[in-house]
Amino acid sequence: MIKAILIFNNHGKPRLSKFYQPYSEDTQQQIIRETFHLVSKRDENVCNFLEGGLLIGGSDNKLIYRHYATLYFVFCVDSSESELGILDLIQVFVETLDKCFENVCELDLIFHVDKVHNILAEMVMGGMVLETNMNEIVTQIEAQNKLEKSETFIFQSPRQDR
Amino acid sequence: MSSACRQEEIINQHVVPEERPGAVILEIQGLFSKLVPLECILCYLLDANCSLFLAVVVGQSRLLISYQSADIHCGNCLLEAWYFLWLTDLLRFRWRQHRVAETRTSLLWNGDQAAGMARLVTASQLHWPMLHPVRMGFRSQGKSKEAEIKRINKELANIRSKFKGDKALDGYSKKKYVCKLLFIFLLGHDIDFGHMEAVNLLSSNRYTEKQIGYLFISVLVNSNSELIRLVNNAVKNDLGSRNPTFTGLALHCIANVGSREMAEAFAGEIPKILVAGDTMDSVKQSAALCLLRLYRTSPDLVPMGDWTSRVVHLLNDQHLGVVTAAASLITTLAQKNPEEFKTSVSLAVSRLSRIVTSASTDLQDYTYYFVPAPWLSVKLLRLLQCYPPPDPAVRGRLTECLETILNKAQEPPKSKKVQHSNAKNAVLFEAISLITHHDSEPNLLVRACNQLGQFLQHRETNLRYLALESMCTLASSEFSHEAVKTHIETVINALKTERDVSVRQRAVDLLYAMCDRSNAQQIVAEMLSYLETADYSIREEIVLKVAILAEKYAVDYTWYVDTILNLIRIAGDYVSEEVWYRVIQIVVNRDDVQGYAAKTVFEALQAPACHENLVKVGGYILGEFGNLIAGDPRSSPLTQFHLLHSKFHLCSVPSRALLLSTYIKFVNLFPEVKGTIQDVLRSDSQLKNADVELQQRAVEYLRLSTVASTDILATVLEEMPPFPERESSILAKLKKKKGPSTVTDLEEAKRERSADVNGGPEPAPASASTASTPSPSADLLGLGAAPPVPTGPPPSSGGLLVDVFSDLPSAVAPLAPGSEDNFARFVCKNNGVLFENQLLQIGLKSEFRQNLGRMFIFYGNKTSTQFLSFTPTLICSDDLQANLSLQTKPVDPTVDGGAQVQQAVNIECVSDFTEAPVLNIQFRYGGTFQNVSVKLPITLNKFFQPTEMASQDFFQRWKQLSNPQQEVQNIFKAKHPMDTEITKAKIIGFGSALLEEVDPNPANFVGAGIIHTKTTQIGCLLRLEPNLQAQMYRLTLRTSRETVSQRLCELLSEQF
Repeated sequence: MIKAILIFNNHGKPRLSKFYQPYSEDTQQQIIRETFHLVSKRDENVCNFLEGGLLIGGSDNKLIYRHYATLYFVFCVDSSESELGILDLIQVFVETLDKCFENVCELDLIFHVDKVHNILAEMVMGGMVLETNMNEIVTQIEAQNKLEKSETFIFQSPRQDR
Repeated sequence: MSSACRQEEIINQHVVPEERPGAVILEIQGLFSKLVPLECILCYLLDANCSLFLAVVVGQSRLLISYQSADIHCGNCLLEAWYFLWLTDLLRFRWRQHRVAETRTSLLWNGDQAAGMARLVTASQLHWPMLHPVRMGFRSQGKSKEAEIKRINKELANIRSKFKGDKALDGYSKKKYVCKLLFIFLLGHDIDFGHMEAVNLLSSNRYTEKQIGYLFISVLVNSNSELIRLVNNAVKNDLGSRNPTFTGLALHCIANVGSREMAEAFAGEIPKILVAGDTMDSVKQSAALCLLRLYRTSPDLVPMGDWTSRVVHLLNDQHLGVVTAAASLITTLAQKNPEEFKTSVSLAVSRLSRIVTSASTDLQDYTYYFVPAPWLSVKLLRLLQCYPPPDPAVRGRLTECLETILNKAQEPPKSKKVQHSNAKNAVLFEAISLITHHDSEPNLLVRACNQLGQFLQHRETNLRYLALESMCTLASSEFSHEAVKTHIETVINALKTERDVSVRQRAVDLLYAMCDRSNAQQIVAEMLSYLETADYSIREEIVLKVAILAEKYAVDYTWYVDTILNLIRIAGDYVSEEVWYRVIQIVVNRDDVQGYAAKTVFEALQAPACHENLVKVGGYILGEFGNLIAGDPRSSPLTQFHLLHSKFHLCSVPSRALLLSTYIKFVNLFPEVKGTIQDVLRSDSQLKNADVELQQRAVEYLRLSTVASTDILATVLEEMPPFPERESSILAKLKKKKGPSTVTDLEEAKRERSADVNGGPEPAPASASTASTPSPSADLLGLGAAPPVPTGPPPSSGGLLVDVFSDLPSAVAPLAPGSEDNFARFVCKNNGVLFENQLLQIGLKSEFRQNLGRMFIFYGNKTSTQFLSFTPTLICSDDLQANLSLQTKPVDPTVDGGAQVQQAVNIECVSDFTEAPVLNIQFRYGGTFQNVSVKLPITLNKFFQPTEMASQDFFQRWKQLSNPQQEVQNIFKAKHPMDTEITKAKIIGFGSALLEEVDPNPANFVGAGIIHTKTTQIGCLLRLEPNLQAQMYRLTLRTSRETVSQRLCELLSEQF
């Protein structure tokens, strides 16, 4: 299963964290730092897998990551997941983000915490892969947006938004 | 909402620092969009303070980057040079003058480039140091941490006031503030409010509000039980809702929180949703995974039933998403309940077969870069690994599938994209994993092995990594072991040339797995040479592996001894005790290697600088077998002694203690050096050594060597008996290091294949082996009454001792060292750390009122491994039990790594008492049994109530208690500096009132109080007279009961 999904930038600033196992808040931050430390010192073009840090559960777990421009996408998984499968899942995740945000960049993750979580929720649930079909995910998200818009329209005018 | 509107909103919400009016920015943007009909506009504005505000706008509707810094203007640019050039080439605008200074629109760039630059997906090679976002006006990469914290606190206060304010927030604001809270939480700040607001959002009828509420709950709520109940109510409503979107949200929430309370509330409900005929596909998907999560948290609450067979049939579902989710669920359930889900095997095989043979377009959206449904294939192959090979009919079809997958790997790729090959190979590796698991088709196994062999030299690092990893499991199959071995050169080459440490580590693992007697020498040699340059992080593991291989496949024990000594030479710091204990065990047990070992260590010790571990091994072996090489004048007894003694002063205390034992053994082996050794033992540095252990050894050995006759010496210092054969402690250590699952199978498999190379000397009595363990605490002379029982030492320092005793959990360990000191520290205080070693920390928090008390004991697991069968017990003697009643509940027998459990003890003082209860803790850590005992600081003075009284009253009562049995006096030397304030604090901490201006001598301290017990109350008066010159105290206690005076005096005397 997937234990955690972390996104942080080149400086180790967290941009998204999602834990599928209960950890205390402090431990969560420590895991983020530890993971950043492990991942960031690696060269480009080495392999995308490495053994997990101690906090997340040691060598029974793997960190599978991809580095995009300013961001690291890291999935911490146990031995029951296929490494290449997860690697592709990260790609699907980023491509989906890109579709939903049109040219996604780091700021999107900050300004739209909720959206990113929603997109992730369509893909991974409780640590298991829910859906891998990008079109299906995008359809769901678009349906959500539509619902959102219709509610905004019914309940208030956009001007009042601010 | 129009796109312009959205942009405005973003700017107002996030970008514009508070002190700058948003309107100005908008105006500028408006200006640009008229002036420059570019797809991309980049502008920066200089404000009055010369700090810079920069915004990149793409397509006039999207704000991509904002940046604020004085640094750029000063030329101290954070930006990369080329980027700065772009900036200056682009539009400039000084908003003070409200005009565009320069406009060069024939730009270096066009819209595509700009878009390309911003794209994460395509621009991975671009480095953008400027993407530190400005959010809510603060820079997360701020100048100082304090500034950030200040800003965040301000923001939190703002949000708090908004939540608490009278004005009801509209949906949008709620959403905005919750998002801000989420972001602040993500940055690592505590969020201690907003939970109720989030729960309220759950019951909203509006999707947006509900969704944001659920998001908050799933990120921020862990196991606040009060809240969970409220959340459960909302979830229950949504679960039953007709709106599938709401049901989906509820299911997500359950799956994300997944607490036991949720399992109790919903475990019965979800299977129904899952198998109901009218449930939508997306809900079914969610329900399957939700159930899986609950089963993981609380398997006991998810009963198997009719629904299981219907879940199996979901594998036939039209919707591939449902099939994927169902396959995940079944895989987990089937591991515990294989019978229930047996039928899934044939369904999974036929599904897999349909996918594998389909044309790449058949599955439409589920085809990923020309690979049909790769994730589902992987899941199905995983599911099949829960079962043994199926019966022949199904088996044929499965074999066909697997062959097809292997064949496809040989076909030319349908796309050059890496995603194509990733997806294809994900399936391939899983297929190989299944083939290895079945381990029944030699043909497939060999083909798999060849395929992996190709990958070993693939240019993709990921594939090399995975190939090495998969081959590890293949190596343990008898059909493919030989085939794996043919790749040895490639693997060794990988060890030498791979740039990535993760890959090298896999190569080490594979070498370890493929090692057998035919190639052991080569592999061990390669590992040793790699060790010289290996990364620090993996050295210890390599050392363990080399030690194990050298032992297991040693035909010639001289080779074994050489290897271990090399190990110590190359990586002495990483050679754990288990490794050098083991080499000694083997040398002691095999007399054909003893002479060689003595000669080799003697030679190794000649090196000017040698590792302490080598000194230890050398000391032990020469002490036992030095006589075997004493015939050679080059290694005469005296030379041996001088050689060892030259290292003595550089060693740590435990090694010195070991060397002292070696010396006394020399006295027996070589009577001619007796004088020299006695001189050494007699020297002040030994006899008066500050370390008790060394001093005791020196004294005892010196005495032994003088008084004992040669016969007695020979008997006492006889050669060690062979060690009992048992599992190598190194292997146990490696298992512990790697976690139980990874090594065990392999080891079991290998053990069967490898014959017993150790020979099997008869096991000696366990007590003998205790005495012979080269540990400082073991009594070499065997004079100690009982063998020392480990009192929870760290595994690295006493591994062997722990091993020896791990099978006999002794009743109660003797008190841990330092327990008395700690106990004394708690007499005058109630909270603190009572005990701590490398594994466990025990903290106390207690409060007392009259004759009652409550103590919280906190047990902290300092390791990352679970403690099992964790049982703390309170032990009171019969006497104590009559006078002190303690009540407590048992704690959970497993303590997770890093976790802390607490235990409450209710205390009632029935009558006055003297002893203290003992807290005994027993648990299993890794494979070893741990036993710790500490005195629990519940002392009589805890039930003190201070009493204030005037001087007159005090002396009147003092006189009333003049009966000699009522007074106890103690005169003692000060153990701590005599500080008035500290003394006062201690008397108050002790529990009595400190009475000022009572004693005629202002230097004296007097106190008064009442000890409350259930049966009676005892008035106590105390007087402490310090004598600064003599550094002495006189303490006088007068109470109505002799035992109380006695006990209080004892307790208090220890404090000064």
